Amino acid sequence: MADTSVESPDEGAEDSEHFIEVTDLHKKIGSQEILRGVNLQVRRGECLVVMGRSGEGKSVLLKHLIGLMNPDRGSIRVDGEEIVGITERSLSPMREKMGVLFQDGALFDSMTVAENVSFPLKERGLRDIDALLEKATAALADVGLEGHLEKFPINISGGMRKRVGLARAIVTRPRCILYDEPTAGLDPVAADSIDRLILDLQEKFEVTSVVVTHDMKSLHHIADRVAYLREGQIYFHGTPEELRESDDPAIRCFVEGRSTDEVEEVREEIEISDRLAGEGEAE
Amino acid sequence: MNQAIRFLGRLGLVSAVYLGELFYLAVDTIKAFFVGTIRAGRIGRQVVSIGFGSQLVVIVTGAFTGGVFAAQVYFKFSDFGLESAVGPTVSIAMCRELGPVLTALMVSGRVGAAMAAEIGTMKVTEQIDAMRAMGVHPIDYLVVPRVVGMLISMPLLVAEATGFGIAASYLIVVRGFGVPYTWYDNQLRAFTDLEDISIGMIKGLVFGAIIVLVSCHQGLNARNGAVGVGRSTTLAVMIASLAILISNFFLTFLLNYFFPLGSNA
Repeated sequence: MADTSVESPDEGAEDSEHFIEVTDLHKKIGSQEILRGVNLQVRRGECLVVMGRSGEGKSVLLKHLIGLMNPDRGSIRVDGEEIVGITERSLSPMREKMGVLFQDGALFDSMTVAENVSFPLKERGLRDIDALLEKATAALADVGLEGHLEKFPINISGGMRKRVGLARAIVTRPRCILYDEPTAGLDPVAADSIDRLILDLQEKFEVTSVVVTHDMKSLHHIADRVAYLREGQIYFHGTPEELRESDDPAIRCFVEGRSTDEVEEVREEIEISDRLAGEGEAE
Repeated sequence: MNQAIRFLGRLGLVSAVYLGELFYLAVDTIKAFFVGTIRAGRIGRQVVSIGFGSQLVVIVTGAFTGGVFAAQVYFKFSDFGLESAVGPTVSIAMCRELGPVLTALMVSGRVGAAMAAEIGTMKVTEQIDAMRAMGVHPIDYLVVPRVVGMLISMPLLVAEATGFGIAASYLIVVRGFGVPYTWYDNQLRAFTDLEDISIGMIKGLVFGAIIVLVSCHQGLNARNGAVGVGRSTTLAVMIASLAILISNFFLTFLLNYFFPLGSNA
């Protein structure tokens, strides 16, 4: 990890067990109600995976956590501080504690890889070019990407873009990293390496992680806890084991990758298996 | 009839909302000068991109417009023996109207489109969200340097277009049609005042502000991927060009009040 000389974010508000607390979050986009009262807590140092089908509002929820979207109603507390209803400029101190990996990396295409990674440091006042380059190189090494410093994002692969995005997110040593679909669009090997990277960073820097994904394999690799977003609410909240053992038809459908049309079918299957198990016990 | 009224009402509403958004962008930009971070390096790059990058376009526009206008005026004025009036006519027209308006239209096509496309692409590819997530205010980083760069560059570009227009008129009238240099020079100096030049500069500043605000606004509000960016770019050039022409009409009367041209102005 790059040893930055940039001042680390405020260390206050350590007393709460939760780094992020979301209460009754509502968001409507156009006529569609995306979030309908989301309640969610993210404990310090844990890796929480938010899963759900495409279009269920996972990325919308993630964007709320860093103030990129304003909710219609509800509260979001980050490190003990309320972030709903405050101005864009007042959000800066909170944002300095966070790093975000966007779905497609969201790298600045007019800048080289090195410039992209050193951008947050430069914006926080570090001006020495050698120091910037050194820290960018170290952050890239942390994500297993060496060389390529002078390349532009357009000239590197999707997996490399995600790594560069991750290097940019960790170069300032944030206390929490938000990942938006980190393995989407990657081949299985690249996806696995990103999962390992998330685990490594988690272990090495003890950061709090929130990962939005619908990749079940990834979920079982990295999650300490899982939140299942369904119909604008957190439908399930628990450990990956609890998720695996759940006999809720909607969860089973999602976990097994079956369409929602099959929920009733799954419900019947569960009832039959319960009945059989009951009969077996009776005998 | 009802449909026409409804259409006009909707048009009025959309225009009011649009003007409101532009006003808020202008207020945010002004506020950023006091509470935001000013990046001198980025401002410098914008001056180079807008000012230096528009040289060819502005020189060609100014020179050929001045030359053509001088020739047309000469063809008619020479019938009445008014060859000596060609110089001041071209000079005043270039300073007060043609210089600022044509420069602004050319800059809106070249620079405004590029601004809308660049910011729009950053918007739809989440680069602006990434910037915000890193605690960098997009107005400070993207809009302020462009506004300052444009406000520095536009008056200079207007002066350049006007100068090349007048120089071209000299070549056509004096060198081409043989009007004595003394006539041309004396009359041009006698009838072209500092006020005429000031009007051009003021118009250049106003048009520059229109171009940069409209373009940045379109870019920041781009959505729906590549199609959305294309639409924003087209709208930026179209709205800025129309706003330049319409505001020029009102500016002409307003500025004529402060810097009257002739005794009947």
